[in-house]
Amino acid sequence: MRHDFGYFMREGVGNLFSHGFMSFAAIGITVACLLIMGTFSLVAYNAEKLLETLQSEYEILAFVDEGYNDAQTKAVGEALKKLPNVKAVEFITREEAMEAFEERTLDDYMRAHIEPDMFRDRYAVYVNDLNTVNQTAKAVHDADGVDDVRVDEDIAGGFILVRNVAGAVSLTLIAILLVVSVFIISNTIRLTTFDRRDEIAVMKMVGATNWFIRWPFVYEGFLLGLLSSVIAFGLQWLVYATVAKSIAAADTLQFLRTVPFAEIWRPVALSFGAAGVVIGVGGSLTAIRKFLQV
Amino acid sequence: MIRLKDVEKEYENGTYALRGISLTIEDGEFVFLVGPSGSGKSTIIKLLTGEILPTAGRVVVNGFSLTKISDRQIPLLRRSIGVIFQDFRLIEKKTVYENLSFAMRAVGASPRTIRSRIPYVLELVGLEEKADQYPHELSGGEQQRVAIARALVNNPYTIIADEPTGNLDPARSLEIMRLLNRINELGTTVVIVTHERDLVNRFHKRVVLLEAGQITGDGIGYDAR
Repeated sequence: MRHDFGYFMREGVGNLFSHGFMSFAAIGITVACLLIMGTFSLVAYNAEKLLETLQSEYEILAFVDEGYNDAQTKAVGEALKKLPNVKAVEFITREEAMEAFEERTLDDYMRAHIEPDMFRDRYAVYVNDLNTVNQTAKAVHDADGVDDVRVDEDIAGGFILVRNVAGAVSLTLIAILLVVSVFIISNTIRLTTFDRRDEIAVMKMVGATNWFIRWPFVYEGFLLGLLSSVIAFGLQWLVYATVAKSIAAADTLQFLRTVPFAEIWRPVALSFGAAGVVIGVGGSLTAIRKFLQV
Repeated sequence: MIRLKDVEKEYENGTYALRGISLTIEDGEFVFLVGPSGSGKSTIIKLLTGEILPTAGRVVVNGFSLTKISDRQIPLLRRSIGVIFQDFRLIEKKTVYENLSFAMRAVGASPRTIRSRIPYVLELVGLEEKADQYPHELSGGEQQRVAIARALVNNPYTIIADEPTGNLDPARSLEIMRLLNRINELGTTVVIVTHERDLVNRFHKRVVLLEAGQITGDGIGYDAR
């Protein structure tokens, strides 16, 4: 028998309105679940992006032994380049280091009195992966001709923590909230099937196929899920834009750069749509399982 | 054609409903299935519509062997049978017309077929004037005629009526039986389960008597045994 899309869709829409309040509640809860999932995923994503930026800017400063001549200093650089997790090394002379310091400091007295001799030749070591930056720093420290190293562990550690926590929380939440939303939608549809039990009995009696009986409920679930994802997407956009704006406006959070929503709306919309449809259709299939029997 | 051969049915609770029944109903026949309550009449109907399977024996209905029917074939079996119940089982929030179109739609009939078929069936049962009324606006006899129209609307080979007059007064009951007789004359096999001896005796038809899960009589008229 051909798939009578128009008929099933009309019936599905009819089902939605036959339990207006219940449909509304199911959509509300599904929207909330999608929003929570989306928010945590976006926090994790932004932390990851920040880490990437941080990673490219992050440097381990390796101070070269004062007694080394130019050739020896160069050899130190070559050795550092060969260490694991090292992406690049950059040689900074003491004069360059002094200039950089002068640019950073606002203290005129300091600026007037510093000499290049106060600084040491150094290598800025850039890493591939921030997660193992401590091992890398240790390896750099142990390398021949390196007197001392300086690392900014705290910043890296903080971001790694945020990313890992947000990532783990969003995975767990997605699992839990998916189950919750499927359950809610399933219950809504079970209510419709109960409401239409007379019609279902007649359909079975006259010889309707099981799928003919099920399709309207599948469409009902599909519509519930899709509506939820559209609403959730709109709200997510609003929340994201608002939070991003206030972060940008806050003086203390200058180092936090959020990814503009315009850059990521496509994958976000796709994920919301997919999650909504999976929740909706999953819910209806759960609800109508009992009509599998003839 | 309906053929039961050495059919036994034992329910899960241990009740023996049928104890070796053999019965053949040819195409175009009109048969009363009578017997006291608990004699196995309802079990036979459930077997014929594929709701339950026999414990032993063979059941063949309109070419479907019910002992090895697949789930996919059960809807097809049911399309070959129109069933009528004592309590009508109409959809209350649909009009007479909608009740019929719903039954046709459920088996994939096109809107065009539906539009041409329903007036014919309504005329057959004498309800062409009531098409837009709701079941609760009709009398019991009229509601049963809607149920008969619904059973007929998909053009089945066989009509099975389970106590079709159980809720009706004698005059309405007779009307319903006459209507079923008329439908039989138009070529449909009709099987009526009833325990109304007087009504059965007004028609000179084949009567199968069922007692305690066994056939104890089969002939023309109630007293044929």
